Amino acid sequence: MRTFALAGNPNCGKTTLFNALTGSSAHVGNWPGVTVDKREGVYKGAGERVAVVDLPGIYSLSPYTPEEVVSRNYILEEKPDAIINIVDATNLERNLYLTTQILECDVPVIIALNMMDEVEKSGDKIDVKAIEKTLGVPVVEISALRNTGIKELMSRALSMPPQRKGTTVLKGVLDKQLETAYAFYEGEGVSSPLFHAVKLLENDEIEVQRNGASAVLEKTGADEDLEAVIADERYKYISGSLSGAKTKAHREALTKSDKIDRVLTHRVWAIPIFIVILFFIFHLTFSENLFYLNGFSENQAWMPSLVELGLATEDGPNNFGVEILAIFYDGTVYSPGVILTNFLNLFLDHISDGVISLMERGGAAEWATGLVGDGILGGIFAVLGFLPQILVLFMFFSILEDSGYMARIAFVLDRVFRRFGLSGRAFMPMIMGFGCSVPAAVNTRTLADEKERTATIRVIPFFSCGAKLPILTAVAGGIVMTFGVGNADVITFSMYLLGICTAIVCVLLMRNTTLKGETPPFIMELPAYHAPGFKNLMLHLWDKTKHFVKKAFTIIFASTVIIWLFSHLSWNWHYLPDEQMQQSMLASLGMFLQPLFTPLGFGAQLGQFGWVFAVAALTGLVAKENVIATFTTLAICISAYAGEGTEEGIEELAGLIKVITADAGLSQREFIAALIAFIAFNMMTVPCFAACATAKAELEKGKFKWTLLFWLAVSFTVGAMVYTVGAFIWPLAIWFAVAAVVATFIVLRNTGKFDITKIFGRRKK
Amino acid sequence: MVKLLSEFAVGESGIIKSVKGEGRIRRRLFDMGVTPGAELTMRKKAPLGDPIEITLRGYELTLRKDEASCVEVELK
Repeated sequence: MRTFALAGNPNCGKTTLFNALTGSSAHVGNWPGVTVDKREGVYKGAGERVAVVDLPGIYSLSPYTPEEVVSRNYILEEKPDAIINIVDATNLERNLYLTTQILECDVPVIIALNMMDEVEKSGDKIDVKAIEKTLGVPVVEISALRNTGIKELMSRALSMPPQRKGTTVLKGVLDKQLETAYAFYEGEGVSSPLFHAVKLLENDEIEVQRNGASAVLEKTGADEDLEAVIADERYKYISGSLSGAKTKAHREALTKSDKIDRVLTHRVWAIPIFIVILFFIFHLTFSENLFYLNGFSENQAWMPSLVELGLATEDGPNNFGVEILAIFYDGTVYSPGVILTNFLNLFLDHISDGVISLMERGGAAEWATGLVGDGILGGIFAVLGFLPQILVLFMFFSILEDSGYMARIAFVLDRVFRRFGLSGRAFMPMIMGFGCSVPAAVNTRTLADEKERTATIRVIPFFSCGAKLPILTAVAGGIVMTFGVGNADVITFSMYLLGICTAIVCVLLMRNTTLKGETPPFIMELPAYHAPGFKNLMLHLWDKTKHFVKKAFTIIFASTVIIWLFSHLSWNWHYLPDEQMQQSMLASLGMFLQPLFTPLGFGAQLGQFGWVFAVAALTGLVAKENVIATFTTLAICISAYAGEGTEEGIEELAGLIKVITADAGLSQREFIAALIAFIAFNMMTVPCFAACATAKAELEKGKFKWTLLFWLAVSFTVGAMVYTVGAFIWPLAIWFAVAAVVATFIVLRNTGKFDITKIFGRRKK
Repeated sequence: MVKLLSEFAVGESGIIKSVKGEGRIRRRLFDMGVTPGAELTMRKKAPLGDPIEITLRGYELTLRKDEASCVEVELK
């Protein structure tokens, strides 16, 4: 089977062409060693099957970005049978710059002139035959979006001769130098000697390191500025050869894209508009009161619940029809994200109910039903339950990305983020973190710099996700209910702020210590706005679904089952129902770990029932919602709460707080500080298994274990800070002193006034 | 008159005279079409004054003022 590689600039329609060529046969993975998407598929439209590899979008074959390195190595080392170079016809000049470099490689090349329909619409004319003649390789007009010209492209590509010698457009200026360099590479026996020779003259980082190459470079007498000369020659050649091939129509001063841009990046309105867009994205994904149809507060609520309508009882809906209705409406109208979640959960609940009743009727032991129903199915479904909202969030952000808006947001916000050593692009993943850490971590792929990416992935969990909100509301609600102080909304809001502040401090710390590096350059194209293609979007979401489901059934599944086993087995391997969780292995693990949390206020101080906090934090690893579910169960176990248990868990927590206060004799202030420290700890500690698995996949190899340690360290520190300051105030002075010392130390070290190795070196003497 | 690109006002255009800067940034600028002889127009500044947006070779490019200060432009 022959292999064709697709190469071209970002935003030139490469992915659209790839999808058109390969359809559903595509497989998305990573290029070895880097987290750059690698798409592979098979084209079946011709007589023979052709493997198609989509190279990442690049502007040049320089060796700087991971995308460039990947593409360059692939073309030179894997030697595809042909390269299909996609060229955006609406922007020939810059697109052909890459073409002139690809042509220097010894590989058959065919040019796919994409978006010709748009060129015709604008009234411009491009003489395809003339370009073909100048460049010396076949040129085919296509429209990847409308699926035209693709058959011809492939049939011409398949009939190309299997060998081609590289050609260069740099004739006449550098002939002598090029000859010397070419002779050197030919002597070395490398393939594509012309490409290497030109790159050497460009003073290319990789070529200069080759044995003997720098001597050759000196022999050519090339000074450093050949780099400028070569770039200039390429562009001169392109504009020269195009002057005859392209005729421009007279056009209006402002295109449609310009007009949109004027509004969206307006000096004053850019940021408010962006906030409104973000609000709608989150509203449509997570809101349980669509467009506030049911009023803005509980007092304004007017919609009757299904129970009030007589369609359901407290035990559930009366019939299946009502169950379907409950997906969309129950007292309020749900948002699309919530509707999809409800729909999936209805389906999953019926499966697990069916399995459980089947097992019970078949006479299976209680532990087996528990393991299958609660542990295995419950665990998997808890994770799969996130999927609809993750996908909806993904969809909105993909639309923003594909339409070209995301690049503008980076443009608008870059100034703010540079202060912390990040670029404007880091904003998106962080804001997505408020929804879910999983898509947020994947979205960091748009960041060019690896260190910037690592720092961003690490702080994403601090942007408290949707699943952590129940912890905030339940604990805050419990505090207000028991002690009658404060306001639950204020507590919740300040916790969000605390998360953001922690993220900023951590990024600053990392960028000045372990992840030090220059702020990466911010030189990027602002592509013209365009509506994203539906097919591309769906294929993209389908890829994400496959990845997530695969992970849900492997690592996440295993860890979930282990947690379940720990919480439902006693040390002598007896099965324990929920109500006896206090005898489980997990409970004793909680008791064992309890003293660790003493500096955070929910350790030894809380006496004999304090372990419930440690256990709740542990079950939160499966899904953060479980923290509250565990509290509810445990409150019933230690009879702090009598009743069925509520979903919000506020009353159960209040009960727990009362029991513990009575038992341990804590002061009110200390306990409140401890509870808030508990929220802070849960917000910032190791996220759920799904988020961990994603972070591990997105981080560089070997970085994940440090990231786990980082999360633990940060959550302990912030928790301890909240507790000690809240309970006693005076430790504030100590924290300030510590912060001041750390800051001074880092500044001194980074300015070179203080060298730790020197001090240790002296001691050795 | 020769001016640094970072000092351009919105709406001004000119022809690039020279591109300086450290290897990686210079290379990136060349690859994006910022080469001596190219014509450019300053389009706009971000709401906070930095980065800037320019039009050159028929497309929009954004870069920070730091990077723009590597580019000398002959004002038209």
